Amino acid sequence: MNRVWSQRTAFALLGLSALAVFAALAVVLGFVTVRGAPAISWEFLSAFPRRGMTEGGIFPALLGTFYLVLGTVIVSLPLGVGAAIYLAEYAEQRSWIRVVRIGVNNLAAVPSIVFGLFGLAFFVKALGLGVSILSGALTLGLMVMPLLIRSTEEALNAVPKEFREGALALGATRWQAVRSVVLPVAVPGILTGAILAVGRAAGETAPIMFTAAAFYTPRLPRSPLDEVMALPYHLYVMATESTAFWRTRHLQFGTALVLLGLVLILYLWAAVWRARIRRRKRW
Amino acid sequence: MVSQFQPAGPAMEMGTAFSVQHLSFFYGQERVLTDVSLDIPQRRITSIVGPSGCGKSTFLRVLNRLYEVVPSARAVGQVWFEGRDILARGTDVVDLRRRVGMVFQKPNPFPKSVYENVAYAPRIHGVRKRRVLYDIVARALGQAALWEEVHTRLGKSAFDLSGGQQQRLCIARALAMEPKVILMDEPTSALDPTATAKIEDLITVLKDTYTVVIVTHNMQQAARVSDLAAVFLTGGEMVEYDETNRIFENPNDKRVEDYVTGKFG
Repeated sequence: MNRVWSQRTAFALLGLSALAVFAALAVVLGFVTVRGAPAISWEFLSAFPRRGMTEGGIFPALLGTFYLVLGTVIVSLPLGVGAAIYLAEYAEQRSWIRVVRIGVNNLAAVPSIVFGLFGLAFFVKALGLGVSILSGALTLGLMVMPLLIRSTEEALNAVPKEFREGALALGATRWQAVRSVVLPVAVPGILTGAILAVGRAAGETAPIMFTAAAFYTPRLPRSPLDEVMALPYHLYVMATESTAFWRTRHLQFGTALVLLGLVLILYLWAAVWRARIRRRKRW
Repeated sequence: MVSQFQPAGPAMEMGTAFSVQHLSFFYGQERVLTDVSLDIPQRRITSIVGPSGCGKSTFLRVLNRLYEVVPSARAVGQVWFEGRDILARGTDVVDLRRRVGMVFQKPNPFPKSVYENVAYAPRIHGVRKRRVLYDIVARALGQAALWEEVHTRLGKSAFDLSGGQQQRLCIARALAMEPKVILMDEPTSALDPTATAKIEDLITVLKDTYTVVIVTHNMQQAARVSDLAAVFLTGGEMVEYDETNRIFENPNDKRVEDYVTGKFG
């Protein structure tokens, strides 16, 4: 009897924790949706802010976030995937490789504000790139690099060794085996990792607040060296620094809802894609 | 490209494909093969038999140096192939593996079409012309007794084939690079009896053109297909090597007799 009861109590507590997590998520989503939905309209998505950002839309911020994310992908994908391929396929357990690995893991633990300050000091000032899409994308790219490297390594390690050995036994060099057999199998896994990294980059404020983001721009960016508005930063300034921020709550919740929606869509896309790969896999 | 390997090279008796001399093998500190010496003849079928864990698969992986995928693996001794000790420094393993094809325990076609699987080796070795590639693929599939069954669906995924067909596809994939030797690592252990019979028939045909070395734990299979048999026992020792018939009829070693008559294994 005692054992039965201890099991019941344990499962009840565990179930309660699971429920609490789900409830927290539901509350956040529900709250933002209820407060933000009334603000959403075509005009909100397609227009510039007006009257000191107390009216109008968020189009420049939406576009800016798109540019930043695109730049992040261009910066980080080749580098991150390249490094991961090297670590997973070529690097034998040499000691400097272990140092690289520890470095990558530690990079993942660096707070995002530190990336922001580094970006300011290095990309914006030292390299003279100024506050720009380029500086922001480089900073964000650095930040998502460990995520990307780890997910790519996992995707590569998940490729059955039979494929690799089959190619090598046919006289393929290691590079030929990787390029023609291992990579094609790993690509979907690598891309889902990249989508998650994009979701992360889209939502971050700290890395871009000194490197790319502008409080307000009267026109859309024309080159990678222009500064941009971005959704998370826009939300931050609207909520804290803009004129009469207490009168623009509906716009703030609208912005939050758009940002949340974008990130959730990306995550769902990655999850669905991953599930489809798992099902299709027959080896 | 000039090859390191010379089919009529010195230091080998005529008609010998591999001359293995005092081969020992280690995974880290663990010894897997102990002082193995044997000559494997050309264009005959040599089977490597023995209980699980006797090092027979490892032995096979020495012959194309595929053991190197395990970082801690180490081979000591000499293995002469076409005038060269393949364990010596500076051996071109890509060149070696092009001459020594391998078929694995579990069929492992690539996740590509039937055609692309067979065209893989000639492609990576530099064949570009479509006409030439097609001829190579058709010939290899024919040699592997698979052409009749797949010629209408060369563009389909290799995973749509049955297990036995997949294994013959893997044989065709190795034949497409026109090797001298085919290594087979328990090629029928994942297959049903009908598919096994087809593969065994195929192996006996292949010996007219190729040197075949086949690892098997199935004594009946060794007796059916092989001309010579090398018996390995636990500890990685080769205890007997002779014509297959002689070993089955009159083994010299008591342990081999126990093994071939099924007292253990």
